[in-house]
Amino acid sequence: MFDQFWTHLLLPVLYILAIVVPLILAVAMFVYWERKVIGWMHVRMGPNKIGPLGMLQAFADVVKLLIKEVILPTNSSKFLYYLAPMLALVPAFAAWAVVPFGEKMVLANVNAGVLYLLAMTSLGVYGIILAGWASNSRYALLGAMRSAAQVISYELAMGMSVVCVLVLTGSLNLTDIVHAQAGNKGFFDWYWLPLLPVFIIYFISGVAETNRAPFDVAEGESEIVAGFHVEYSGSAFAIFFLAEYASMILVSFLAAIFFMGGWLSPLQGWITADAPRWINWIWTGGFIWLFIKAFLFSFLFLWFRASFPRYRYDQIMRLGWKVFIPITIVWVFVAGLMKYYGWVTIGTGA
Amino acid sequence: MLAEYWPVLLFIAVAIGLGIALLVIGLLAGTSRPTAEKLAPYECGFEAFEDARMKFDVRYYLIAILFIIFDLEIAFLFPWATVFSDLGVIALVEMGLFLLLLVIGFAYVWKKGALEWE
Repeated sequence: MFDQFWTHLLLPVLYILAIVVPLILAVAMFVYWERKVIGWMHVRMGPNKIGPLGMLQAFADVVKLLIKEVILPTNSSKFLYYLAPMLALVPAFAAWAVVPFGEKMVLANVNAGVLYLLAMTSLGVYGIILAGWASNSRYALLGAMRSAAQVISYELAMGMSVVCVLVLTGSLNLTDIVHAQAGNKGFFDWYWLPLLPVFIIYFISGVAETNRAPFDVAEGESEIVAGFHVEYSGSAFAIFFLAEYASMILVSFLAAIFFMGGWLSPLQGWITADAPRWINWIWTGGFIWLFIKAFLFSFLFLWFRASFPRYRYDQIMRLGWKVFIPITIVWVFVAGLMKYYGWVTIGTGA
Repeated sequence: MLAEYWPVLLFIAVAIGLGIALLVIGLLAGTSRPTAEKLAPYECGFEAFEDARMKFDVRYYLIAILFIIFDLEIAFLFPWATVFSDLGVIALVEMGLFLLLLVIGFAYVWKKGALEWE
């Protein structure tokens, strides 16, 4: 009885907490890192008062947010108003169930992993729409409309880019997708090379999908204040914030898994020396590589925010529909040709 | 086979629990001193004189419809992409035709100006 309980409930929940807790900490440190990096790029200090180098700033912010008043605006729909942040948070976290962190380091090694990821990232838009609708405020509704239209437009480009990866790997399983990129040509085995245009499109769509600068018209401060979550305060706002940053980190991880070989080493096949395990991962690959790659991608989010001025809304829609979608459609066919003529082969790692 | 999806379900449950917990902590720990002004919909200091759920631009609606169509096409591409290497040249030609039809539809939408935002 207890054995069953242990293997089917307690153990998986422990594994899940081993993903969720570091993820929340990662979000907190990412917020700190964002403020610090943008501070440096603006030749400012960034947060530096709380804790060493200001590192505890994010935790202080969390405490502050949690003890703030949660406002329920007069004309809002109560149930939907509280449901919306949940609908934003749950997919952003649940998507992590299928992300492989390393060889065998995956919670659910499911065969429909990519499909599940696409489903989860698509659900995020409901939180946005509902938040705008339930608040019953002009800014919130306008922000939600803009945001939803933008998110679904870029989801198409994102989906098409993923199809290109699937053509080359022939599997919806994320672990298989990483294995397929194994080889002995170092980082030239990874899919960023044959799929270079869609790799770039995937990441830019990811930035647009998470409503980040330069695509952050949803919360363009100078026009519609904070967009869909303008009425939210306290912990309800904190949930939206958590969801947004968790999905940014998710996009970074997925870009690393789909196009940059996941946990594989960029030196794979070049060095075959025999060394102790704690050095060995540098060329045989390990979860540290995935974390380094994801860190670099998430750094790009911050770099973009500090560097680029905000796009106009019509420019965003034009980029999504008239540039990205045609390129990805063409590249699906190109990927098919590459696969058919064997220019890109499935790696040896499988 | 299906048992592999059990942790996924558990993960969704944990995520829901996390959301509820955060919301409840906020509602319990947060102060609560509502006033009429504080609870009024935010409109930069103006009083909201009508319901915010107004008519909105039909283009948003159009984008949503186009999204459904194209997303379905992508859903069709998924199984094709997965078994592509087993099917050989027929799959390549068929998908070429499918993508061609998709492109014709896309060109029509483009030509009709459904993608224009001015």
